[in-house]
Amino acid sequence: MNTTLTLSKAAPQRNVGRWVVWGGYALIMLVAPLLWASSLSLTMLSQMGIAIVACLAFNMLLGQGGMLSFGHAVYSGLGSFFAMHALNMASKGQIVLPVSLVPLVAGGFGALFAVLLGFVTTKKAGTPFAMITLGVGELVAAMALMFPGFFGGEGGISGNRVVGQPFLGITFGPQIQLYYLIAIYTFICTALMFAFTRTPLGRMLNAVRDNPERVEFVGYNTQYVRYFAFIASGFFMGIAGGLAALNFEIVTAEVVGAQRSGAYLLFTFLGGAVFFFGPIIGAVLMVLALVLLSELTQAWLLYLGLVFTFMVMYAPGGISSLIMMNLRVASFGKLRGLLGSYLALVLTSAMVLAGVSVMIEMLYHLQLNEALGSKMKFLGLTVDAQGMGSWLVAGVLVALGLALFEWARRRFKAQWNLAQEQIEAQIKQREVAV
Amino acid sequence: MDISYFLISLLNGLSVGLLLFMLASGLTLIFSMMGVLNFAHASFYMVGAYVAYSITQVVGFWWGLLLAPPIVGAMGAAFERYALRRVHKFGHVPELLITFGLSYLILELVGLIWGRQALNFQPPVSLQGPMFTVVDLPTALQFAWGAPPGVCASTAGAVCTTFPAFRAFGMGVAVLMLVAVWFLLTRTRIGLVIQASLTHPDAVEALGHNVPRVFMMVFGGGTALAALAGVIGGALRVTEPSMALAVGAVVFAVIVIGGMGSLAGAFVASVALGVIESFAVGSDKSVLDLLRLVGLNLTPDSFGYVVWSVKTSQVAAILPYLFLVLILIFRPKGLFGNREG
Repeated sequence: MNTTLTLSKAAPQRNVGRWVVWGGYALIMLVAPLLWASSLSLTMLSQMGIAIVACLAFNMLLGQGGMLSFGHAVYSGLGSFFAMHALNMASKGQIVLPVSLVPLVAGGFGALFAVLLGFVTTKKAGTPFAMITLGVGELVAAMALMFPGFFGGEGGISGNRVVGQPFLGITFGPQIQLYYLIAIYTFICTALMFAFTRTPLGRMLNAVRDNPERVEFVGYNTQYVRYFAFIASGFFMGIAGGLAALNFEIVTAEVVGAQRSGAYLLFTFLGGAVFFFGPIIGAVLMVLALVLLSELTQAWLLYLGLVFTFMVMYAPGGISSLIMMNLRVASFGKLRGLLGSYLALVLTSAMVLAGVSVMIEMLYHLQLNEALGSKMKFLGLTVDAQGMGSWLVAGVLVALGLALFEWARRRFKAQWNLAQEQIEAQIKQREVAV
Repeated sequence: MDISYFLISLLNGLSVGLLLFMLASGLTLIFSMMGVLNFAHASFYMVGAYVAYSITQVVGFWWGLLLAPPIVGAMGAAFERYALRRVHKFGHVPELLITFGLSYLILELVGLIWGRQALNFQPPVSLQGPMFTVVDLPTALQFAWGAPPGVCASTAGAVCTTFPAFRAFGMGVAVLMLVAVWFLLTRTRIGLVIQASLTHPDAVEALGHNVPRVFMMVFGGGTALAALAGVIGGALRVTEPSMALAVGAVVFAVIVIGGMGSLAGAFVASVALGVIESFAVGSDKSVLDLLRLVGLNLTPDSFGYVVWSVKTSQVAAILPYLFLVLILIFRPKGLFGNREG
């Protein structure tokens, strides 16, 4: 009696939460271009939408299926090429195709190539799967340069997304109109991919990730489960590729390349593969890093590699798992006690970061900008990259920062563990009470 | 196809294949021991070339050849000890990811230390010339040591092809390495411990061996082999930051084709790929010519003409991946593999 009561109470509550989350997601996409209205931020927001679809599609394999693909740009890239050709055919009047449906064509081709190539790659799981996807990725990337007729060689192929008569005044010429098209696709694709995790196939995919032997024993063919998930992922990758083709109006061979695949992997992981919403964070970071960080510093790839490596070592769940861990602590009212330690951690790590990044920037400056002399700007300060003093200051900053950080880390760890113990105890108490 | 061209292509192919095998053997060793696919293996190959270049500038090539592998091996062992071992408990995907992150870092650091341009890393003077020359006279086939003999210039219709000494040296190093690794693994006490740790880590640990240290040594050894290949490959080809990417994907294809974890398979696959690629590069035949043989003449209007008219030399670079796909369709466990992944 008691349990049914709590269940019926809990169910509508969870649905309200879900409405709030999805409504907020839609609202953010709706108002974002109004808050950041400059043309740079508008292109970045469009790219974020595309990246969200791509990273979520990538995570269908990585997070939900435990499949690490090193060549997933193939499906978004081929989608882009077919979208561009479809767009060009439409503008020549060879086929009738509204611009708003071009991404669907790309998705179809993405899925088609996933059917073809995925049949080979999903024969294996785990590490061999990763290597085979890498090989297939290289194969397609090399072929893209071998057939200039279709792929346009080094220069790529370009097109114009304003095709046919305007519908209700919408031509997709202005970036803002395209942004809303991308936003609609992003929202629907996010919803569909979330729905996919709740289907029997999505559940079996989780089971295949966790215990393939047992899945085989129950009577499922793990290869087919992987294959079907791969096709679904290819479809959404294709849609992302089609949106990208519309957004940039040019497609070059690098969209199928290893670097693009690596970026999807890196940022999906940084965002967090464990939770469904992790890749969304990763996608936003991806655009910020590729557009802003690469403008800010020449050493951005080094920073990215360092962050990624530390993330793998210390927080393999990515940013989203860090958020969820803190939310759990907060929901038990323990976060307030940790705030002081967090502040200490942030301050000390900022010290280390400042010291290390000054050194890295000085090194890069010496290596790449020899002609400009040894003086350089760093955070508004002028630093002499060859001066003994600047290296000394940076070194002291790093050493001191590391020592203080270690102290703050130990303090934080003790407090964190205590909070976790108390939470465990509370959960046990509740269980007993029920 | 004349016989001298055939011989030289075969030798070139063998040397490329043996170089590939030097890389693939370290990768296979690490994979079969630890179940870790070292994504940064080719990066260690690159670091080997760069470190050897720096040593060469100071004390000469031979010291570079001698010192670069242990230095890079120590780096690999340190990476295993302080990074890889830490993520071991999270499972195979994070292990793969951390080596993936390492490959990014190494690429950036190499660019930072040695610059982004190609370096002028040359073989030592004593190995720069040709080792022997194949003299293809209209009347007979002869061999001559060293540079082309006078008969090449004096006889009309003579085709002389030289084989570089450093290529031969590289092949020699690879074969020596192969024998040494085989000897170490099968005939020494250390090798027995390593082999036992592969299948029965718990039992080996119970007997008092430090299995994590064995793993660290294997990882270091594997990266040292990669560095040795890097010294040869860097001097033979070109030493530049993109050299890791160029060879990395091919090596992965090699060990899948050979069968994951099989040294013999890696050997056969890399030598076969090297030889086939070497012959493919020199051929301008296409599927069109094959179809012409059976009496089918295609015109530029025929279906798929673009695909059929691609020359073999153009396909050479992607042959490893084509074989990879074919092998996976027809023999998923690889040539010599004994387990399904």
